[in-house]
Amino acid sequence: MVTLKINDHQVKVAEGTTVLDAARSLGFNIPTLCNHQDLCVAGNCRVCVVEMKGARTLIASCAMPASEGMEIYTNSLKVRNARKHIVELLLSEHRADCTKCYKNQNCELQTLANEFSFGEHIFLDLVAGRPYEIDRSSPSFVKDDSKCIRCQRCVRTCAELQHVSAIAVANKGSHQKISSFHDRPMSHVVCTNCGQCVNRCPTGALVEKTYIDQVWDAIYDPDKHVVVQTAPAVRVALGEDLGFDPGERVTGKMVTALRQLGFDSVLDTDFTADLTIVEEGTELLTRLKRVLVEGDKSVALPMFTSCSPGWIKFIEHKFPHMLSNLSTCKSPQQMFGALAKTFYAEKRGLDPSKVVSVSIMPCTAKKFEADRPEMRSSGFKDIDYVLTTRELAVMIKQAGIDFLSLEDEKYDSIMGASTGAAVIFGATGGVMEAALRTAYEIITGRSVPFSNLDVVPVRGMEGVKEATIKIEGTKEDWKFLEGAELKVAIAHGLVNANKLVKAVSTGKASYHFIEIMACPGGCLGGGGQPIPTNMEIRKKRMEAIYAEDTHMAIRKSHENPEIVAIYKEFLEEPNGHKSHKLLHTRYVKRESY
Amino acid sequence: MYHTGNLVKDLAEKHGRKRESLMPILQDIVRKHNYLTDEAMVEVATELDISAAEVYGTASFYTFLDTVPRGKNVIRVCKTITCSMKGKIEIINAIEETLRIKVGETTPDRMFTLLETNCIGWCHKAPAILINDMPYTDLTPESVVDIIKDYMRR
Amino acid sequence: MENKGLNKVDLIFEKIDAKSTLEKAFAMTSEQIIEQVLESGLKGRGGAGFPTGLKWKYTAAEKEPEKYIVCNADEGEPGTFKDREILDKAAYKVYGGMAIAGKAMGARKGYIYLRGEYSYLLPQLYIELYKFHKLIVEIGYDFNIEYRMGSGAYICGEESALFESIEGFRGEPRNKPPYPTTSGLFAKPTSINNVETLVTAMMIIEKGADMYVKLGTKDSRGSKVFSISGDTPIPGIFELELGMTVQEFVNAFGDGDTKAVQVGGASGFCVPRKKFAETIIGFEGVPTGGSMKLFNSSRSMYNVLHNYLEFFTEESCGQCTPCRVGCQQLLKGVEMVKKGDSKSAYLNELVKLADTMKIASKCGLGQSVGNAFKSIVENFREEVIY
Repeated sequence: MVTLKINDHQVKVAEGTTVLDAARSLGFNIPTLCNHQDLCVAGNCRVCVVEMKGARTLIASCAMPASEGMEIYTNSLKVRNARKHIVELLLSEHRADCTKCYKNQNCELQTLANEFSFGEHIFLDLVAGRPYEIDRSSPSFVKDDSKCIRCQRCVRTCAELQHVSAIAVANKGSHQKISSFHDRPMSHVVCTNCGQCVNRCPTGALVEKTYIDQVWDAIYDPDKHVVVQTAPAVRVALGEDLGFDPGERVTGKMVTALRQLGFDSVLDTDFTADLTIVEEGTELLTRLKRVLVEGDKSVALPMFTSCSPGWIKFIEHKFPHMLSNLSTCKSPQQMFGALAKTFYAEKRGLDPSKVVSVSIMPCTAKKFEADRPEMRSSGFKDIDYVLTTRELAVMIKQAGIDFLSLEDEKYDSIMGASTGAAVIFGATGGVMEAALRTAYEIITGRSVPFSNLDVVPVRGMEGVKEATIKIEGTKEDWKFLEGAELKVAIAHGLVNANKLVKAVSTGKASYHFIEIMACPGGCLGGGGQPIPTNMEIRKKRMEAIYAEDTHMAIRKSHENPEIVAIYKEFLEEPNGHKSHKLLHTRYVKRESY
Repeated sequence: MYHTGNLVKDLAEKHGRKRESLMPILQDIVRKHNYLTDEAMVEVATELDISAAEVYGTASFYTFLDTVPRGKNVIRVCKTITCSMKGKIEIINAIEETLRIKVGETTPDRMFTLLETNCIGWCHKAPAILINDMPYTDLTPESVVDIIKDYMRR
Repeated sequence: MENKGLNKVDLIFEKIDAKSTLEKAFAMTSEQIIEQVLESGLKGRGGAGFPTGLKWKYTAAEKEPEKYIVCNADEGEPGTFKDREILDKAAYKVYGGMAIAGKAMGARKGYIYLRGEYSYLLPQLYIELYKFHKLIVEIGYDFNIEYRMGSGAYICGEESALFESIEGFRGEPRNKPPYPTTSGLFAKPTSINNVETLVTAMMIIEKGADMYVKLGTKDSRGSKVFSISGDTPIPGIFELELGMTVQEFVNAFGDGDTKAVQVGGASGFCVPRKKFAETIIGFEGVPTGGSMKLFNSSRSMYNVLHNYLEFFTEESCGQCTPCRVGCQQLLKGVEMVKKGDSKSAYLNELVKLADTMKIASKCGLGQSVGNAFKSIVENFREEVIY
């Protein structure tokens, strides 16, 4: 422990605590910009400078460990003057068209400007007359260098959390910028569209590409039947943008709000999450059978999950030789899209060309996924528009809906029924847990051997998780698995995915089934979720997800009555002919840069 | 444009495949070809198992690790204070006239690129230039033309 | 004010028998070497002036078995060219100084980071290095030096940026602490010293600290190699005892019409004629890594300032706000004032900005941009305004 004084108040903190955290523990707030809980310390924006007695210069409180006897002043005249200058300098290289900006009212630089820099600006505008680029090439996000303040949060995110480094710092001095490989369009580099950078950008330099207006147009078009699906992780985070604390489950209110916005049918991605489990579970068991019984060398194991479009693009760029390990199952969003314009349209007597399919996702990569050429198996673009959780919140605000006081309503049918196994798709380990609940039962006829169906070893925030499930008491068809140990692993955040896939591809580890989610914490920590997202908030959303599961009447995917029905009425059998046409896909090798 | 052939692989064998090998590898490529092509940077990224954007980001930090095409002979005229005081402009004018290019440009035959650079450490013998690695000092508009003509004959 | 006048010294380029000096050093204990260097009062010759003995002592105190001695030969300060000359004429003493430093702190490995602009020296430096390594083997000692090259980035002269560069990254200065003596190159305890510092240390071992203490003043011990350029009839490299006034310096090197001397390069201070007599060159007055530039009355100090600001605007690494944006604002600001597009009172705002850059920038580059800016604007305001 070390003792120091901050603004003449004594405080004792653990060794290694930063001056910033020590000050905050006393209730002295110090503004920050480049600092982010999920990322390493940069100390480059200098907004958090404070005065340290005896030091020649001010110090960056985020980067300075507290030490014995330090005397710190967080709000001295020197500090205030420097801070005002720094904020003004940042503003001078930032294209501040705030009223036109998507991040208006949600911009950390704007907040600092409000506090430190009202009135006339001191410094000359450096943006005017300097060429800048706005990269709109990605379907998922827009990169606007004229709003960038070089805090490098995005660069650290892409490197530290995702091991992608699609963007890096380039050039030096006044030419320094955040750049893709040799300034190529973001759509033509290794970027996975995960949106973790978007979630961490303090300004409007990185924002999701929004489709709000297109969705409004569709809603108001009397010829169109607009269906909306909501991903599992949206319901545990949407509230944060609309006045609730993190961790609030707002499923019922969200359904009500969507109905009030004017969607013709409010449906649930959870339905196709359950469908994914049946399809993917069957695929896994088939692969195991072909390898273990038939000795088929052409079948790749372990099998990787394929729900996360950021992960899919990652493996397509980085490990193209392992594409055959990916499950061929489409993600729940895309299964839903394919069914909405076939099965659903047919059942409801609709012309599929008049059906507009909208999804609400915690994710920006889903926008890219919906645009993939493979995703047109209904004969149309299976998903027309993807909105993030944040965009839905904007629509709810635009419509003047008092979200806090809404009554709870239920999803429409058909394709609105779901189980607890589906909702946990939103958390890392959730797909694995749901798959185990179903697969174990298919093999043995009994529930998965964990109390209350909670497969605890696959849960939690550990970067890479492993579990082994011993299979005993198999049914006749699955005798070849008797006594076998099913080895599974889970990774979330692409930096962990990279480690795990490397271990597998070099033969250092072997598993049967691996779940991978591109974002830290899984979809609940997705790039399209409310800002801020950090470990504390991810944990709260995770608790909410598992609470949602516990409260569901049915908690196994194969028991979802609408799933049972769709096989009977439409799909006929898992991995069957129709499934392959509508619910499965293929992957492409991509460049390494 | 040049093709790297086995160059990057050979350099990775020579300097290693750690992050600290990056600068020596890039420097050797530039020594041979005067600039880095995208192809070369992607190959380096693959050899070192780092992202291509990282390679580009690092290279673009260093003035001498050019990422745009350069001629066989790169002329860098010092533009810092003493050389500016001692006739840098006249030196540049003389080179521009001889090579018929402006600062920042490369001759059509790709033999020469003319650039400015910051202090090269010859202030007491200003004005000074570097042609590739070699410094030339105490220049006059006449002497610099002779030097360049000498390079033309090589 | 201690004033020693202008005296030439021959220490750095003096020929010595490296073998005997090294054998003497290797026979000493680590503590004895550090003690000698501490006693001599030697401060870093790169410009910052940190006591060399202390740096070695801190590095020696670290328990980590792997340590490094790094020679900073990324001489980039405008107006400085003495390290090139030292490497050209006395590389064996640079290597020797590194071996002695290594012995003092327990490092068996040395790196020399040489700026790319000097790569033409390499063939000859490698020959000298080959001889040095042979000598080390002959003496029966274990020490090894490798070269690493820069590629045109002034900021890599900053110690932690230099480490980043050797490690294969952009040369961006690190947060401190940790300091290099605890966690430097490859996160190991590292002492990083300027070329001249290492040679001087070798000479202190050769001749004893007493010899060195006799030179210079209390705050600025010893002698220094000066790089002299600009409006002078005798530009070049001169080794002088510390403790002279700028006036004495101008008397010896000026052209009779000197109106200002820039001491310490672009990141140093501009001394106007009226302050020549009262200003000592050294840590008690204006410190310098060796760069001395003389300007006569035909020169526009606006042009000088503008040239420096362009230099910093390009050579800032760009990571921290005060330096990246501050340099651009100072440059654009003086241009606007000069053109008459901004009022001359705007210079006062820019001076305040320079003060902020001095205290809020991450590293020495941004912290010292204000030196030249303020000393030129304050002393030659009439030349800077429209």
